Amino acid sequence: MKTLVNRRDFLKVSTLAGGGLMLSFHANSLNALLEEETQVFQPNAFLAISPDGTITLMAPNPEVGQGVKTSLPMLVAEELDADWSMVQVEQAGLDTKNYQRQVAGGSGSVRSSWESFRKAGAAARQMLTEAAAKKWNVPVSECFTDKGFVIHKPTGRTLNYGALATDASKLDLPKEVKLKDPRDYRLIGRRIVNVDAQKIVTGKMAYGIDTRREGMLTAMVARPVFGKKLKAVDDSRARQIKGVKQVIVFDNKVAVLATSTWAAKKGRDALRIEWEDDGKPESTTDYNTALAQLIQKTTNEPKRNDGNVEEARKQADKVLESIFYAPFLPHAPLEPMNFFADVRDDRAELFGPTQTPARTRTEAARVLGLPEDKITVGMSRMGGGFGRRLQADYSVEAAQISKLAKSPVLVVWTREDDMQGGFYRPAGMYRYRASIKNNQLTGWHLIAAAANSPNASRENNFPAGALPNFRVDSHNYSTAITVGPWRAPNHNFIAFTEESFIDEIALELGKDPVAFRLELLEQAKKQPVGTVAYEPDRYINVVKKVAEMGNWGKQGEKGIFKGFGAHFSFGTYVAQVADISVENGKVKVHKVYCAVDCGRVINYSGAETQIEGGIIDGLGHMLYGEITFKNGEVEQKNFNTYRLIRLPDAPDIEVEFINTTADPQGLGEPGLPPIGAAVANAIFAATGKRIRKLPVGSLSDVKI
Amino acid sequence: MATFTLSINNRNYTVDVEPDTPLLWVLRDELNLTGTKYGCGVAQCGACTVHLNGSPVRSCTLPVSAIKGKITTIEGLSENGDHPVQQAWVELDVAQCGYCQAGQIMTAAALLARKPKPTDADIDAAMAGNICRCGTYKRIRKAIHLAVAKGGAK
Ligand code: FES
Ligand code: FES
Repeated sequence: MKTLVNRRDFLKVSTLAGGGLMLSFHANSLNALLEEETQVFQPNAFLAISPDGTITLMAPNPEVGQGVKTSLPMLVAEELDADWSMVQVEQAGLDTKNYQRQVAGGSGSVRSSWESFRKAGAAARQMLTEAAAKKWNVPVSECFTDKGFVIHKPTGRTLNYGALATDASKLDLPKEVKLKDPRDYRLIGRRIVNVDAQKIVTGKMAYGIDTRREGMLTAMVARPVFGKKLKAVDDSRARQIKGVKQVIVFDNKVAVLATSTWAAKKGRDALRIEWEDDGKPESTTDYNTALAQLIQKTTNEPKRNDGNVEEARKQADKVLESIFYAPFLPHAPLEPMNFFADVRDDRAELFGPTQTPARTRTEAARVLGLPEDKITVGMSRMGGGFGRRLQADYSVEAAQISKLAKSPVLVVWTREDDMQGGFYRPAGMYRYRASIKNNQLTGWHLIAAAANSPNASRENNFPAGALPNFRVDSHNYSTAITVGPWRAPNHNFIAFTEESFIDEIALELGKDPVAFRLELLEQAKKQPVGTVAYEPDRYINVVKKVAEMGNWGKQGEKGIFKGFGAHFSFGTYVAQVADISVENGKVKVHKVYCAVDCGRVINYSGAETQIEGGIIDGLGHMLYGEITFKNGEVEQKNFNTYRLIRLPDAPDIEVEFINTTADPQGLGEPGLPPIGAAVANAIFAATGKRIRKLPVGSLSDVKI
Repeated sequence: MATFTLSINNRNYTVDVEPDTPLLWVLRDELNLTGTKYGCGVAQCGACTVHLNGSPVRSCTLPVSAIKGKITTIEGLSENGDHPVQQAWVELDVAQCGYCQAGQIMTAAALLARKPKPTDADIDAAMAGNICRCGTYKRIRKAIHLAVAKGGAK
């Protein structure tokens, strides 16, 4: 794409900062060409350089706190050789023509953008260099770039990018784009502060919930709990609340629209609603009983089946068996669900926090009966997501309400709504059996069962590949309680179970847990069984690295006990050692050591904080996280009964990245999975009690 | 509805709202001061923390009719966004999603005003009411120590 546009028009459209930004460039730019001499240089949808030297980099991916609004533009700036302190970063809206994969999920932003973003910057730099060479009438080979300038080496002449913008915008896009030698990186691999940091600390950062528009109403919605539906509603009291403008019944829900959030809430509280059963509303004991039954039998279609685990059990001197239990977990991002919608007869504008704007548009189009190209989706910075905002229920709901109300509307969920809102990390049970013969591990059999999960396992992950007899079965349990991806789906619990069970086996064999893992990894390397998702060598390296960092095997301070955990997810290898103590039945995690192989690190500050956050997130949920149900209703409705980790419980953390010249891998999720096992294994070292049921809660009831 | 005059960030505002309206929603909906955030509405998360006469309070459970004194919000913590706590937060790149941070900063600033050289135990006690779902606690602790080094209370 090649676009010419004058500065006035550019500013006009860019300040809208919504969807369709790039498309509107075209129309304006043609007129602009005729009018003015200077043009903004915009060789692609990733950057724009205006004649006054302003460099704007677009951030197309949803920013949920994972740092892509900083790290992806860094890739462009690196190859552009821009002066980072001079660039502005703007959030783009949904634009499927110009961008790929505008999704915050699967730890995939950097992995999928690594090449294209750098090429966008490199192409622009080549054109700027060419423009300068032409101006000076010198060979391009004599020119190079540095921090926003093109420099003619023999004469020392310089021109800044702004002065070259107009000329560069007249050039053809280069046919071949040459990327930098990584040794020449100046930005990639440094510690760069989040581009929104100053706005955040001064309260100026607008999140979705801060959206304010002319004529907008605020809505709160009464929704049924799982397994119930609307029978009758009396809204007479609600309509008397000052500020309440409309009450709308739709899809088994009741929306109250008002001139303020407080009025909407009071209005909703004043509704008299009768709900009735729609099927059988479930309670925690119901699904727990069902899951416990499922794991007693195998499936007809194992997810993986190497050798013969049954035969191995028959031959075994001993069979170890352990059952692990995972509760449902809500995502509970600190900014509750909300979305803005302004739906007209022939078009719609949607704006707010979404990890998947494309899905939002597709589903809204279907529900509204509008073509997709009549719907714009703008993205706000999100107050966390953890997977919850991969769903489109709350954004589509806002669109429905706006359409029915014929008004722009911001739908706001209370914390209580958010806790009941579904798409949880599924509850599950994992039953492991290990066969041991001649003090060797000969077989490994997992039967998993989880709520609404066709596959609750990660069957090609370690220790798959290391054992001759290895089988994984996974049962799906259907329930009205909705589930969805939750930071590091499946990994977030399976790592805890696998890595705890490996420790149990090591204990049985009389082996050091770390040495035992290394032995298995060597087996996977030398005589691999089947295909596996991981590279044994890279796995071995993080295990060894963290053992060294965490003084594994050495006598620590008195009263401090160590535990180990490692896991591979989203292309990244993570190993952790936790130092803990237990006093009066209370676990205190003092320090976590963490070795990471995620390949190249784009932004050290961002990468480190993702790992730290993942560890604290995983630790908090392992210690406290659980929601339970009574007749379809969540019993933990707010943070007074649903406990999240707080500052006094947060350990000190030391992170090291290794193997940083390989291609970059995922980072938002992989830090989380290993911590549960590292801490549980340390608890065993401290107390002799094996944690198999999460959350840990108080240690007096850890037996399942 | 009733009329209330509030002193916020050294300016007087008059609002016409129901007396039971929490200060949080007056700030956010009536005065467009959206830097103060909603997280729980039940004084559990600290996202809505503002200063009332210099002390940190949860604005989500403070009815507008009960307010006596001067309110400071994140927007008024410093004129140029350069309170030592704000500076330290930027320098150490504390925020992930950032949603909790206005509340964290207001609580930390109030702590330093009261106790210019807090110990780790003081920090634990003061900050325990502020949830960060993204888990930035390690950096928060570090940033408070850095803010102390920068002159702390201002
Ligand atoms: S919103 Fe006030 S403490 Fe959570
Ligand atoms: S930075 Fe996201 S909640 Fe604290």
